[in-house]
Amino acid sequence: MSERIGTLRELRAALDARQTSSVEIVGECLRRAEASQETIHAFVGLRAEAALREAEAADARRGRGEVRSPIDGLPIAIKDNMVQTGEPTHCASRILEGFISPYTSTAVEGLEQSGAIVIGRTNMDEFAMGSSTEHSVDGPTRNPWDPSRTPGGSSGGSAAAVAARIVPAALGSDTGGSIRQPASFCGVVGIKPTYGRVSRWGLVAFASSLDQIGAFAQTAADCAWVLEAIAGHDPRDSTSIPEPAPAYSGVLSGDLSGLRLGLPKEYFVAEGVDAGVLAAVRDAVAQLERAGAKTVEVSLPHARYAIATYYAIANAEASSNLARFDGVRYGHRAAGAKGLTEMYCRTRSEGFGAEVKRRILLGTYFLSAGYYDAYYRKAQQVRTLLRGDFEQAFMACDALVTPTSPEVAFRLGEKTSDLLTMYLSDIYTVSANLAGIPALSTPCGFVDGLPVGLQILGPALDEATPLRIADAFQRITDHHLACPGGAA
Amino acid sequence: MSASGGEFEVVIGLEVHAHLRTKSKLFSPAPILYGAEPNHSVHPVCLALPGVLPVLNEYAVELAIRASIAMNCEVHQRSIFARKNYFYPDLPKGYQISQYEEPLATGGWIDIPTQGAGGAANKKRIRLTRIHMEEDAGKSIHDDAIAGADSTLVDLNRAGVPLVEIVSEPDIRSAEEATDYLRAVRSILRFTDVSDADMEKGHLRCDVNVSLRPRGSDEYGTRTELKNLNSFRFIEEAVRAEIERQTEVLRAGGEVRQCTLAYDPQSGRTSVLRIKEDADDYRYFPDPDLIPMLLTPEQIERVRSELPELAEQRAERFQSEWDLSEQDAVQLTAAPSIANFFQAAAKQHGAPKVVANWILRDVMQALNELELALDDSPFSPEGLAKLIRMVDEGKTTVKSARGLVAELVESGGDPEALIAERGLAAVSDSGVLEQAVAEVLAENPENVELYRSGEKKVVNFLMGQVMRKTQGKADPAAVREILARELGK
Repeated sequence: MSERIGTLRELRAALDARQTSSVEIVGECLRRAEASQETIHAFVGLRAEAALREAEAADARRGRGEVRSPIDGLPIAIKDNMVQTGEPTHCASRILEGFISPYTSTAVEGLEQSGAIVIGRTNMDEFAMGSSTEHSVDGPTRNPWDPSRTPGGSSGGSAAAVAARIVPAALGSDTGGSIRQPASFCGVVGIKPTYGRVSRWGLVAFASSLDQIGAFAQTAADCAWVLEAIAGHDPRDSTSIPEPAPAYSGVLSGDLSGLRLGLPKEYFVAEGVDAGVLAAVRDAVAQLERAGAKTVEVSLPHARYAIATYYAIANAEASSNLARFDGVRYGHRAAGAKGLTEMYCRTRSEGFGAEVKRRILLGTYFLSAGYYDAYYRKAQQVRTLLRGDFEQAFMACDALVTPTSPEVAFRLGEKTSDLLTMYLSDIYTVSANLAGIPALSTPCGFVDGLPVGLQILGPALDEATPLRIADAFQRITDHHLACPGGAA
Repeated sequence: MSASGGEFEVVIGLEVHAHLRTKSKLFSPAPILYGAEPNHSVHPVCLALPGVLPVLNEYAVELAIRASIAMNCEVHQRSIFARKNYFYPDLPKGYQISQYEEPLATGGWIDIPTQGAGGAANKKRIRLTRIHMEEDAGKSIHDDAIAGADSTLVDLNRAGVPLVEIVSEPDIRSAEEATDYLRAVRSILRFTDVSDADMEKGHLRCDVNVSLRPRGSDEYGTRTELKNLNSFRFIEEAVRAEIERQTEVLRAGGEVRQCTLAYDPQSGRTSVLRIKEDADDYRYFPDPDLIPMLLTPEQIERVRSELPELAEQRAERFQSEWDLSEQDAVQLTAAPSIANFFQAAAKQHGAPKVVANWILRDVMQALNELELALDDSPFSPEGLAKLIRMVDEGKTTVKSARGLVAELVESGGDPEALIAERGLAAVSDSGVLEQAVAEVLAENPENVELYRSGEKKVVNFLMGQVMRKTQGKADPAAVREILARELGK
């Protein structure tokens, strides 16, 4: 097997020292991606020719002394729900088969302008609905630590690609934990910024008020580089944050002295969480304390309603967002249908998988006359209360820490028949989406040889603090350096 | 038998949709091009491609505020865009972005003219429920000749065009009032430059809700909704037909069923499009892609202070400042194009009443004959002022000038050059006129005698003879002077 791919910083240094070239690095990534498709299946599409051409251009630029950004000439993968001109995007769904985008998403445009090279699109749960990357029309992605297990989801392909050292970084999207949970399951860093920090223009919508693009990498410092390329105001997204994004790399001081870490008491109870996971997280907290952080207990009294609130809002929005996939203008259309209604019914029946249909039905119900007040409006009210909980908590601390997931990676097929347990595995992550605050997951240990993630949440607009804490933690620990056997 | 005099009272409310006069669509940068090739003024947002997002057109908001203020509504500092969810091929997103729970404006009223007791001109106030903003849908083309049998084509040029929906209270009591109300709405939209409000082009569309109730009752009867009425005449006819139909149903002891109706102008009858068993469930919810629309009091006040003059105010000003009759003032403010043309020409020329006569008589007649709208005519107010001034100064005759109006309305051009080119300049050369007068007097000795014996009226006959001799080009003032002098000898 070819050589494992290093971090962005290692690759940058090698480029700057003229020990390698973009063409070599990108070529290596593509070889590893192809070689791992059988076992991991992280990708739904590679853009080998275009990527190598762009690598040549990047090498030529560097030869002239032009460097657009720290990630210029370095490879990256994107989740299959971000469009790029001339490339297919199908959100792991049959309904978008054959769709080629005539425009590029703002996040990918940011990568292009930074000189980063998109090598391919990663697998996901269909329309980002799921926590295991099993609900993909292309088949599941497997966890590089144990191919009998899922990589988590919905951005499982991106997490697995970074964990298997196929690419140094990848973009994902996080609606209820879809970056952080797979980062936790795969032993990599994954960050969901503040809602609106990265433009949603060109991100195929799941739940508009919750969706947020973020990054995966081996280190927090690498995540900072990627975020710098994709974050910032975008007039094409009305929910985009007007303020410019901070220079994240500049705040990674390694210093935690005086930092106040909040431990939400509702999330530090033994019930519903794997004992090994909780122990690893407590251990991580102890290490952060030794590094200078102070801990304080805080309360999020409405957190217990987060899952129900999340599923009401996310599904309601999804039922409307997915209405455009109707077979009229692009994507799959059922053949031989007689009449409009039959065309709609058959196209959508054939085009969507079971999980997507289930959520559309639930969401349609939540918005229906007579149920709207009991579900959607009520959920919005609880959301406001939950946001208040976080505002209150952040008056007493600078960041919150929790487990990312109540468990380590589960086996393929283990939860497909028990959806409620699957939904409950989002318990620690959905609150950050409901409140719109930034959160990341960083590796903090192992249970039975499988990675455990530590979730760090910051107040709105402050991605810098969670990044600084994760970076400091990585300077005193080596969990993030561990890589799955198959990837060595 | 007419329902208005009968045992039932007619109750009507209108929902008017008007396209806003913006360059681009409500939520996308696609230009609005009427008459463009199908699907040629579209953008990824209008096509609802995966991943696109709406961005609100600020100018559309300004126009909607302007309409709301002109219609006396309360404009809200906070309003919300909501999704109205339903499936149709010309609705690309599967939802229309509209406003539901918190619209831009509520309340308000529009006064319509009405004949009071004894035929006195009066006004009736129609209250408004609300005005909200929304986007238009595209068009489905079912025409077999274009789409082929059993198939439908979709044109998304219109998808996303900004609209205001103006909802009236059920204050309208007859078909005539319904069209008077719609004319008043159109006038306001045009004078404020909010919309071209052209029904033929689909800029202005209207749904009419009609119900009957026993005279004296204060409860509403079951209403039906007339959809897709695209001319004033059809609205009036359709409402009349529907009143008649409902009257017959009720008289026969039946019940009016809530339904949506279409009007067939050929048969003059309404027919049921669909029965509404239950209320439609559009699953409205606030659009999470858009933030609440927040307006500052300053912003609303600025629009209010910059509100253009409405037809009524303009007509009043024409009467008070320029001494026009009420009838002329009303006619000259039938459309902003006429009012603006008149105002500019009157200022150029200096005698508004004279200019008014020329417009109401000659310009209007020419436009009617040519089936042309003033906006589409190259004739300028300056051109008209110049033409009238040439008559005033004796450089041409009224007859010659009037003969040129149609040509100027159709093709434009400089009246002075046209008069010279056509040889229509008034003859004021005294030698030529002296000669003509001498000839006429010599040819009509008996009339000269009559004049000198006191029959002064014959001077008009002699004038006519001189004009005929000069092919109507003689300057009448000069001729009159020479005639008076010669006859007085």
